This record gives sequence, C-alpha cells and structure tokens, in this order.
Amino acid sequence: MTSRLRPAVLYTALIVLALVTILPFIWVISGSLRTTSDIQANPGAWLPSEVTLDNFARLFSRNGFSTFLGNSVIVAVVIVIGNIIAASMAGFALAKLEFRGKRIAFAAVLIALMVPFSATFVPQFVVTVQLGLVDTLAGIALPSLVLPISIFIMRQFAASIPDELLEAARIDGANEVRIFFQIFLPLAGPAVATVTIMSFLASWNNFIWPLIVAQSADSYTLPVGLAAMSQAAQNVTDYGLVLAGAVIVMLPVLVLFLFLQRYFVQGIVSTGLK
Amino acid sequence: MAFAVQSNKTGAPRTRRRPAHTGIAWLFLAPFAVIFVVFSAIPIISSLAISVTDMRSADLQTPFGVNFAGLENYVALLSDGNFVRAILNTLLFVVVGVPVTMAVGFALALVLNSGIRRFRSVFRGLFYAPVVTNIVSVALIWQYAFNQNGTVNEVLANLGFAGPNWLGDENLAMPVVILLGIWRNFGTAMLLFLAGLQSVPEDVQEAAALDGAGPWRRLWSMTIPLIMPTTLLVSVLLSVFFLQVFDEPYLLTNGGPLGSTESMALFTYHQFGFGNFGVSSAASFILLLIVAAVSALQFRLLRSRS
Repeated sequence: MTSRLRPAVLYTALIVLALVTILPFIWVISGSLRTTSDIQANPGAWLPSEVTLDNFARLFSRNGFSTFLGNSVIVAVVIVIGNIIAASMAGFALAKLEFRGKRIAFAAVLIALMVPFSATFVPQFVVTVQLGLVDTLAGIALPSLVLPISIFIMRQFAASIPDELLEAARIDGANEVRIFFQIFLPLAGPAVATVTIMSFLASWNNFIWPLIVAQSADSYTLPVGLAAMSQAAQNVTDYGLVLAGAVIVMLPVLVLFLFLQRYFVQGIVSTGLK
Repeated sequence: MAFAVQSNKTGAPRTRRRPAHTGIAWLFLAPFAVIFVVFSAIPIISSLAISVTDMRSADLQTPFGVNFAGLENYVALLSDGNFVRAILNTLLFVVVGVPVTMAVGFALALVLNSGIRRFRSVFRGLFYAPVVTNIVSVALIWQYAFNQNGTVNEVLANLGFAGPNWLGDENLAMPVVILLGIWRNFGTAMLLFLAGLQSVPEDVQEAAALDGAGPWRRLWSMTIPLIMPTTLLVSVLLSVFFLQVFDEPYLLTNGGPLGSTESMALFTYHQFGFGNFGVSSAASFILLLIVAAVSALQFRLLRSRS
C-alpha cells in the first residue's frame, strides 16, 4: 500500500481536508476580531478589514459573561477533583479487590455508561428538584461527579499493576487503604492525567444538562450563556460579540488539546468511548 | 480483643489466596454507588414509571399525586405525526451520518497509518480537533456560514450561483445538520480505526505483498477482515451517538423549519419544556428501546459476518 501511492498526492489531499476541517475555527477567530460594521457590510468575508479587540472588551464589560465564565470554572474544578478521587478509588476496587457484589458494581458502571442521557434526563431533573438543587451549580455538577468513563480508565490502569506488588505489601501487613494511597496512587500519574482531561472536557463542553438545570442567568455555564446570548443577538445581529464569546468557550480546550494530545488519544483509545 | 482483630487481619490473606475485601471495597465504591443510585438507577426506573402517568411540571412538588395513565402516552405518541416525523428524522440521521462518518474516519486512518511517514500526529490532531471543541461555539459559526448572506453563499456567488437560505429551507436544513454531525464525529472514528490498524501485524502484510497481493487486494481481503472488531465498535458507538442527536439540531435550527430537523431527543426535550413530563418520558423510553435494539442487532450482524 505504502510504496505505490504517491506521498505527494496524499499530503496534498490531507492538507486540503485539514483546512476544510479547521475552517470553522478560522472563521470564529477571524470573525471575533472584526468590527460590527465590517461584519454587517461583508458578512461572508474571510478576513477582518481591520483587526480589533473591541468585541472581547464589550464581552467582558457585559453583565453576566464573567459570571458564566466563573460558573464554568467552578463546575469544572469540582467535577475534575470529584472524578480523580472517586474514580481512582472505584477503579482500584474493581481491578484489585475481591469482594461480594463485584459483578453488580461492574454492571452498574456499564449501565451508567450505556444508558442514553436523553432517556433519563426528565427523572434526573425531578430528582434534582426534590433535592432542592435546581438552578444551582451543585445541581449542575453532581451527576458528573463520578463519570463511568473515568472509572474505566482507572480500572484499566489498575489492572496493569502486577498483583505481586500488592501481595508483597499485604504480606508486610499493609491494609488496602494504605496500599491504595502508598502504592497505587503514586503510580497512577498518567491515568490521573487522562481522567483530569476527560472529565474537564465532559464538564466544560456539557450543554444539555446545564441548559435544563440552570433556570436563571446567575447559574448559566459558558455554553448555556453563549447559546442564550446568540439567540438574543440574532435579533440585533451582533455577531462580533457572539463570536468573541465562542472563542472564549473554545480556547481552553483547544490549548489543552494542543499540548496534551497524547492523553486525549489515550483516553479515547483505552476505552473506545468519548 | 485488639490483638485478636489484628491477628485476624494479617492472618487472613495468607490462609485464603483471594481474600474477600467486601467492606473496604464498597467503601471505595461508595461515592460512585451513591451518584449511580440517585442519578442513574432511580431515574431509569422512574423514567418508566413517569411514562405511564399524566405527570406534568405542575406535579413536581407532589410527584406521587399523579394519575396512572397506562399506555395512553405511548398510544398518543405513535399516532402523533410530529413524533413519527422525529423518529424518521433520527433514522435518516443515522442511516446517512454513520456510514459517511465511518468512511471518512477509515480513509483518514488508513492514510495516516501507512500512507505517510511524517507529520502524522499533526494531522491526527487537526482532524480530531472538532471532537473536543465546544459544540455551541461551532454551531454558531455554522449558522453564520450557512446564513442567507453567509460565507458559503459568498463562495457560491463568486462561482456564479445564487445560494439558498440553507437553514430556513425544509429540504436543505437536514443535510447541513447531518454535515455538522459528521464533521464533529469523524475524528473519533479515525482515532479508533487508527488504533485498530496499528494492531494489524506488519509481517502478515509483508508476506501477502511477497505473494503478489496488490494494495487494494490486501486492503479488501486482509486489513478489512482483520479490523472487523474495531469496525463493530465504531459502528455501534456512532449509531448510539447519532440516535441520540440533540445538540446539532437544537443549536442550528431548534428542530425547524416545520419540524424537518426535529430529532427524537429534541422532541423529548421540547415536550419536557412544555411541561408534559409523562409524554416526554414515554418518548425517551421509546428512544432507549431503539438504542438497545440497534446495538444488539449490530453486534449480531457483524458477529455472524466475521
């Protein structure tokens, strides 16, 4: 296969496809740097006629946008910490401990992974109302506090640690809690990195659940706030403002991805899931 | 007493080869178990329960005061033209979206795996970027690009065509929505196929090449059968994603124009928004059944073929 196909043709095809793929990113960024009058005069233009940061300045001086950003950050931090702690505990138990109900516990992880969100969000909302957590950041974060995918990643990693290592510690009299903290966790760096990235991504990009739980602008996360802003902006066609918002929402993930591609890839491939 | 407990602890692992750590294991699993029961187990069961009641948003404070409605919600749904339309739209999404996404992902994986030697991870990163990008941002730019005066029509105008109002046209909105779904998911397919291709042993390929098998022949008779498990995984995963499609139509068209892009998940959400919790749960339960059936069917089909 390799030697017969001309590399030049392949590279050209790849470059063209890559450009088409990232076109939306280029549009978002170039649009966010254009003035409102420029956008209205040439809506379809590719590049700004003059570069301005005015849209970003207006964005941050607007009421609400900093709140959305702050909410998104708080929810993401809570979810990432929750996933690191709870998923490493659960993954370790599922991979390295023998206990009653192990099959049930594993089946629960699979069910949590497989059942479509759209099939359960109504009762999830009812539960959230009963807990008094509607329109709160806690209500947004709680269901994602231990994602099944994080447990999968941790379980996979724990399974790769040789049993002899843990057995030796047990013979020396260490209990499971000590083994977890002193042997498992120090080795788990790469898995923790993958879990951090996957859960950050899940939290930062989550749209439908915050859309349902957040009822007032005070508890909107960035994507929900941006969607609301864009619906409002369509009447006044203030695209510059909305595109600047889009850049702020995209940027953290793209920067993380640029530097930590390896962990993203690991997260996907090790579980076969998003 | 303390001594007895301690000796028991250190003695147990040696007498039984696999000690039972039931207490400590469930302690480790406790956070997951609590979240699972509250946000998965109870909702799954009550989803079914709510779907056979006349529950509305007004009943939220007294969820046990609702009336039993039997299969009324289901019967009403299946005779509701809008819901049937949503089912057909969702199936169209799957039938078009999944094969195209898989084909693009597979072709890219093939080229990245064995067609080129340099810049592999750069290309992989570029093609995967849409998967990690926030859908709200991206949908905004798609709206902007497919606007009546948007960039796509600008390009068409330069070529001498008058572009239509893509998202406002009953026949053109769906292709744009599907295209966004493909753009957003082909990176996942590529990455999984790439992992599958890397597990195909090189020497098998080389042996076949020595025996005179050409590249297409090797692709067809060796690579494709060898990566069947990956193909199965990717097709199930993508079908499940596409069946649940929500973000793309919600953000681009909110199901319009005239319901032409309303998916099942979006229908469920709209019913929820109208306060019809019973109807919404019934609709989502039908979606759940379809998701389960499609996964089961695909496993069977691909198993028997390989």
